[in-house]
This record gives sequence, structure tokens and C-alpha cells, in this order.
Amino acid sequence: MNFAVLQFPGSNCDQDVVHVLRNVCGHSARLLWHKDTSLGNADAVIVPGGFSYGDYLRTGAIARFSPVMQAVQAFAAQGGLVLGICNGFQILCEAGLLPGALIRNRSLQFRCEHVFLQTLTTDSPFTNQVPAGKLLRIPVAHGEGCYFADPETLAGMRTRGQVLWKYVDAQGEPTQDANPNGSIENIAGVCNERRNVAGLMPHPERASEDILGCADGRLIFDSLIHALQPGKSAVAA
Amino acid sequence: MKAKIIITPKKAVLDPQGKTVQNALAHMGYADVGAVHVGKYLEIELTGSDREAARRHVDEACHKILSNPVIEDYRFEIEG
Repeated sequence: MNFAVLQFPGSNCDQDVVHVLRNVCGHSARLLWHKDTSLGNADAVIVPGGFSYGDYLRTGAIARFSPVMQAVQAFAAQGGLVLGICNGFQILCEAGLLPGALIRNRSLQFRCEHVFLQTLTTDSPFTNQVPAGKLLRIPVAHGEGCYFADPETLAGMRTRGQVLWKYVDAQGEPTQDANPNGSIENIAGVCNERRNVAGLMPHPERASEDILGCADGRLIFDSLIHALQPGKSAVAA
Repeated sequence: MKAKIIITPKKAVLDPQGKTVQNALAHMGYADVGAVHVGKYLEIELTGSDREAARRHVDEACHKILSNPVIEDYRFEIEG
């Protein structure tokens, strides 16, 4: 598979994502600069973490209007798979590709720690390889990861199974203590209605090899790769 | 002309900064302080002379990029 990994001024997880896709998963990945206007032959796009444009104005607000994001908008509109991680999640929300918004952590603290994630549905190109009941142990590192959506939007998302991951404790309970940022309903990651665009605050690329203490994050990349296999329709038409 | 724009968090959205400032003010002894909301203030210098066009453009920019309508409200005035 050919992955495109976006690079904005201030991205800092781009190389980690490329490393995992190339050296751990064995697929092709190339970096695209924010001024690029084409995604080339990309089968999927990863919008990585960092502090694009210094987080000026709001996280993701400036990146969303960059030339490469116009290409991502068109790609997503055609059903192309797009995954946003951390700042990438913030950018996709700002771009309107995902519902809701990410605001300052309720504690006002930058939180950098491992969390447990419950995968709410395996019915998505981002979760299909996660074994039923398995909790993912993946690190977060953010100051603005508190997910917000108005009650009406949230109700629709729940009905359509758009909440993909929630913060839980080691027993799988979505407690307040397990929630690193005060996110509404402990939401850690969501997808769009069409299920071809997803975002999450935790960093799967920082937990995709045993040498890093945990390889659970790889299940998310493996899910994408599985969804892109020839003969598989990544997204229902 | 100059646009003066104020952006505030929507009432339904958590405002941990506002809450923290409110607590600090209470600790300092300002007993009469209620809810605090922390927002943003922007000034934009405008080079055109058509006031209505300026108003339209600023409103559009506020909606598209300067604020996020999911979590923020905005208001502005055109001066000069």
C-alpha cells in the first residue's frame, strides 16, 4: 500500500508514522509537504501529530486551509481513507471532515502518559483488526484533547457507531480517572458518517513495536492495511 | 477602517480557563465575582472603504477561520 503522511510546519510525529508504516508494517509511505496540491498515488492518508503552524489561532485552524488539505478534502469526498492522530485529529475536526471539536484539557495540563482504550466497534477501516474485548494501551501527549460535540450531534454519532475509541481504566470501565482530558463521554476517537475518515488523540505510532513497551497501536495501522487489501471495499459505496 | 472582533466560548462548552480564573479571583478575595469566560480579541486593519463589504468579509472570515462555530461565538464592530 502507498501511504501519504502529511507534513506541516510544526508537525513532529510525521517521521514516527513513516517509520512504522515502512519498517514495521512493510508498506510504502511518503511525506507530503503542506504546500503540495496532489496526493499522488496514495491509497490512504495519515495526518500526524505535532503543533502545525504553532497551534496559532486554534489547534488545526490554519493547517486546515493549507493546499494539501484541499487535496485531502477531495480524497475523502471520494471515499479515500484518512486517519488523523492527535494534531491530525484536531485538523480533521477543524476541516469539518469529522464532527465536533477538541478543546483545552479540563485540567489545563498537558498530559503525557499511557492510557487504555476500549474499541467500541470493529466495523470500521480503522478498527477491523482489533480483537473483541481487547483494550489498547497507547500513549497520549496533548494539551487540547478534550472532545466536544453538542448533544444532538453526539446522539447521532452514538446511533451510527461513530465513536470508535473511549478512554477506560485497566478493567475496561470508562471512569473519570481514566479520562486524561475531560473529553465528553470519555471519547478518544471518532469517525465520520461514511466511516472513511477517523481521528484519535492517542498516538498508535508510539506503541507499534514491542521494544517501545507496547505494540497495540499497530492494530490500528493493520486495520487500515487490511481494509485496503485488493478485493476488500474499504468503505460501503 | 478597523475590525474589532471578540470570540468567546459557547455557553454549553466547558471553559476550564474561565473556571480557573474565577477560582483565582475568589481566592484573592473578590467575593462578588461570578462566572468568568476567557476568549480572544482580534483587531484587523482594513484597507478598503466600503463599510458594508468590510462587514461581509469580516463576518465570513469569522465564520470560516477566526472562530470555530462548533465551540465559539463571535461578535465584531467596524470602526473608522
